[in-house]
Formats: sequence, C-alpha cells, structure tokens
Amino acid sequence: MSDESLRRTSLYEQHAALGARLVPFAGWEMPIQYKGISFEHQAVRERAGLFDVSHMGELELRGDKALELVNSLVTNDIARAADGQATYTCCCNEQGMILDDLIVYRRSAWALLVVCNASNRAKIAGHFAAAARAVCDFEDVSDGTALLALQGPRALGILSQAGISLDPSTVTTFRFAPGTIAGIQCLIARTGYTGEDGVELFCAWDDAPALWRALLEAGNTYGIEPVGLGARDTLRLDARLSLYGNEIDETTNPLEAGLAWVTKLDKPPFVGQRALRSIKENGLRRRLVGFEMTGRGIARHGYPLLDTQGVPVGHCTSGGPSPTLGKSIGLGYVPLASSALGTELLVDCRGKKIPAQIVKTPFYKRT
Amino acid sequence: MSSPKAVKDDRKYTKDHEWAKSEGNELVVGITAFAVDALGDITLVSLDVKVGDTVSAGKAFGTIESVKTLSDLFAPVKGKVTRVNAALENNPELVNEDCWGKGWMVAIEADADAELMDAASYSEHLAHADH
Repeated sequence: MSDESLRRTSLYEQHAALGARLVPFAGWEMPIQYKGISFEHQAVRERAGLFDVSHMGELELRGDKALELVNSLVTNDIARAADGQATYTCCCNEQGMILDDLIVYRRSAWALLVVCNASNRAKIAGHFAAAARAVCDFEDVSDGTALLALQGPRALGILSQAGISLDPSTVTTFRFAPGTIAGIQCLIARTGYTGEDGVELFCAWDDAPALWRALLEAGNTYGIEPVGLGARDTLRLDARLSLYGNEIDETTNPLEAGLAWVTKLDKPPFVGQRALRSIKENGLRRRLVGFEMTGRGIARHGYPLLDTQGVPVGHCTSGGPSPTLGKSIGLGYVPLASSALGTELLVDCRGKKIPAQIVKTPFYKRT
Repeated sequence: MSSPKAVKDDRKYTKDHEWAKSEGNELVVGITAFAVDALGDITLVSLDVKVGDTVSAGKAFGTIESVKTLSDLFAPVKGKVTRVNAALENNPELVNEDCWGKGWMVAIEADADAELMDAASYSEHLAHADH
C-alpha cells in the first residue's frame, strides 16, 4: 500500500477521506471499494454512483488529416460519426488482434480525443504517435486530464442540481459537449461502463477535487455513492462490456469477441483490416459467450470451461456473482459449434466441475 | 458486523485469520472480522469435508468466496471433523452478519493441543497486518 512507484490521481485525498480501500491497478493506487462492492453496485443500478477513472489515458489528435489518421488505426468508422459524437471501437494490430478498446470523441474532423485503458496507455500512445508523425499533431494529455464517471438513473438530475451550463438531456447517448458543472469547465459525454444511463466528465487534473465534491454534495439527496473499481467490474460484467486483459487482448480478435458491430470491414483501409477479412472468410474458431452457473459455484477469470463430458473446450474470461441478478454469471470463449444458447457446460472451479448454461447477453439490460 | 480489528477473548487464532473456540471436546472454527472485512460481501462458502473426515493443520478444508475474490479456509489443527455448518450452503451471508457465532464453519475434535495465538497475540498480529 505504501508502494512509492504507484501513481495517484488528484482525487487521492478524497478517496482516503471517504475511507476507500486502495489497491494497485495498472500502476495506479486506486479505490477498489468504499462501503462495499454489492452496495455500490446497487447504488448505481438504483440511484447514482460517482467513479474516479482519472487513470485512463487521453490522447489528442489535431490537424487536417487527424480524422483520416485516427480512422486508419481503429476498426469502427469515425468518418461516419457526427461532430460531437463518441464512438466505441477496437484498435488492432496487423494480425487483427486487439491492442486496446477505445472511445474516440470526434470534436471535429480536425480534432479528436481518444480515450484508452490505463494499462495500455504507453502502448497506444506510442502506436498513435508513430502513425501521426508528419501527418497530424499528437499529444498525450493524460497527465493533465481527470475523468469522473457519474452513472445511474439519477445522474442527470444530479448534474442539474450541481448547476450545469447546458440541458444535460440534450446530450444524448454517445454524444458529448463542452460545458461547465458547478462552474468547472468539463467535456460532458453521455457514455459509461456500467449498463446504466450516465455521463463521463473530463476536466483539468487539478479541478477534479472540486468537481468531485460538488457532485457528491449535489447528489446527497439523490442517494449518490462513491463507487470503486470493484463495482465497476461487476457492473460492466452484468452489461457484458469487455474488459481489456480479460475478454480481449492481443490473442483475441474483435469478431470472436462479439465486437463485429464495431468492426467495419468495408470502411477505408485500417490496421488489421486485411487479417480480419481473412478471419471472417475462413470462419470463426471460437466465440465469446455468456453463461450462468446452474450449480453451486463461482466462475473466475482463467477457469477452464468443459463440455458435459468433461473435455476442456475453452476458458472463462470473467466471472462472479452479480449483485443485481442474484446469480453467478460469467463470460468465456467456447468453440463456435458449442456456443448456442442453452448449451450446457461445466466450469472447472479449482477441480470441482460445476454445471453452467450458455445464456443470452447482456445479463442485465436497463429498462 | 463487528469492527475489522475486533478480537474475542474466549478463543484462539491463526495467522490466517481463523478462530478456534473450545466447546467441550470440540474446537469450533470460523473466520475473524478482519478476514470478513478483507473479503467483503461473502457469496459462497464451500466446505469440502464431512463429519468423520480428518483434517490437517494448515491444510484447506474449503473455500470462501466474495464478490471480489476467493480464499482458502485452513484447518487450525489436525483432527476429526465432528460437525459442519450446513446453514452456510444457502446462507453464506451469515459469515458477514455474525462471523463469531452463526457464521462458524466446522467443529473439529483435535488430536493434540494446538499451537494457536491467544487474543492478545492475535491483536498484535493484526496491528501489523494490512489489507
């Protein structure tokens, strides 16, 4: 806990004051929980939760060719996005394997903000910087940029209560706009990683404590809770959102990971396009599926998945009890032939073979 | 749930944050408030032993899982299992609610006197422990 090499966000003092349990995560000392993972998870589902995700990486690309450049590095088609629109995408290598998953915020065709995972920041910054050389301006603005996520059905009410310079309901899903909240300049994006409505707020590094406090204060009567990375993980699993290092990494391609919807094979050339076309033509070998434990056990990252005869067929990428569903759920790769809904599996939980069944995902969808 | 560093004087402890309470010729075994606090919301207790089985000191007799993680349950002493807490199968949250009582896990008839920490030594151990 006193590891000197770990970095701290500008909200460290706030977390400590709130009694957070801090753990190392991707080189950062981050809150894993405040009052408890299940409690925080339900607070987001029912009311609102505030997350510090300032460890994420932010890259700015500017110039006449910025859009073309970014579009050549990602699988989704940013040229089809409108100005003020955010696009979820993969970023692949030449082999079509996933270097990271990103959100590209298109301010204009000349100015784009790329948000990457903290664990991949150096890799993705290097990848984009190299490609941008002599093409457009590139700047890694992560060190000066804080990111807060306010998620849950009451998120927009809290923004209004805190004092926002625009009507938050006009910023529709996956759109964003600059504005002020409690007098603090922010980029307000209707995005998130929880399966709930909500926003992600970019602001200057040193402004984050004031924004954090203003949102907690405004959210007090709305039942807001600070939420750590523990519940962030259970919330995203419910919503079947991929976690880099679990569902996706440099050994997986977007097509088998269920990310074909962000992989536009017919768009202008991008890194990995040729390989992904060939993967598609040759047919997928395996597919990411969701399963529910039908026996008494909890699937965890890395546990083998077996067919009902006990033969290993794949592995679990993420799993755990869902506080919302009251069930134990998981994601994992299985051969295409055994990936149909209803297929029965066994999860090898440290030697115990516990039955599970492939079910429809997302496990949770807000109504 | 009691405070994470709470300790009861009526029982003994292992460095792995289990407690063992002498009741007649049995040692009733559970986990401490510190262990419960570290685990968070407990969602599954798997006791892999039945009455009559022999357990060895320091060897796992089951696992306990929370939303966050999985942890082994270690037998504090060598001996024979005399009872298991079947209530935990459907109500693992009993460990969160009452780790010192209703959340007990197994009872063991010990082969010999166990070398366990008393409450004062365990408190000392906790003072140096961190999550």
